[in-house]
Amino acid sequence: MTAHATTPEHLAHPEEHAHPTPGMYVRVAIVLFILTALEVALYEITYGEHAGAFGNIQPVFVPVLLMLSAGKFALVAMFYMHLKQDSKLFTGVFVFPLIIAAVVIVALSVLIAYHHAFAGGVIT
Amino acid sequence: MSDHAHALETSTGLDSRKLAIWTFIGSECMFFASLISTYVVYRNKSLVGPFPHEAWVSPAGQHFEPIIEIPLVTAGTAVLLFSSFFVVLALYGAQRGNRKMMIGWLGATILCGFFFIGMQVYEFTHFVHKGLTLQTNLFGASFFTLTGFHGTHVTIGVIWLITMFILALRGQLPPENSINLEMAALYWHFVDVVWVVIFPVVYLMK
Repeated sequence: MTAHATTPEHLAHPEEHAHPTPGMYVRVAIVLFILTALEVALYEITYGEHAGAFGNIQPVFVPVLLMLSAGKFALVAMFYMHLKQDSKLFTGVFVFPLIIAAVVIVALSVLIAYHHAFAGGVIT
Repeated sequence: MSDHAHALETSTGLDSRKLAIWTFIGSECMFFASLISTYVVYRNKSLVGPFPHEAWVSPAGQHFEPIIEIPLVTAGTAVLLFSSFFVVLALYGAQRGNRKMMIGWLGATILCGFFFIGMQVYEFTHFVHKGLTLQTNLFGASFFTLTGFHGTHVTIGVIWLITMFILALRGQLPPENSINLEMAALYWHFVDVVWVVIFPVVYLMK
């Protein structure tokens, strides 16, 4: 048993571990800032004033943007919301609805795309 | 009986209040998923302008510029991300009985929240002046609904953080009650991660 495990905070939360230090929070903040800057830079070189500077990157724009966004989401959830250190039950309670949410977004997008492409659908 | 004793009595061994806020956040994920998916399926389906990224000339000859302003929203996004960083430092201070650290960073978080709300109020007003309302087209309806609900969540978060700030100023937020600030911080982080998704989907994707 570690020295931490005998503090009142850890007696109250037996499955939780020590939260990160301010140094770790600063490093995560820097990475989040860089990822946001990359998102905007990606937009600029794809559609903005510098469009075409790196060739035609439109086909990879959305996938890369979604990956950067997912990275930011994961960093905030893991380190700032302490899911990395806290009980796995909290992770489950958060991730399970998140999976349902992602499935809903993808399913609706596919359904409407199918409707539009094959059923001549006009959304009214 | 103390808060810690209550926490130990739960079947999971975890604090029920924290489990409750995580369950609430999980339900909010599905709520925002419905709004985001609505925005996504209606994207580029508007029959009339103004449009987010393209100029448009109405049948009457009126010219409308692209309506989205990336620099302003990027600033708002950065501020919201920094506010997540600030509130986690406030919680760090609260858990260690560092009142000065808690109050300082909590105040900074609240200021960031006000900046974001101000940014959104300016943006909405600007859009209405440019001819985009909730009734104008599919983009207007889905945009104002999605970002409006997010803005409402930010406003509720700011009010929650202000109550924590007042409690901290009164000395009513000792380390053993830091769970109260942790719940507010978790909600605030959730509002942040929702924007992390909304920002690229609404503002950057064409």
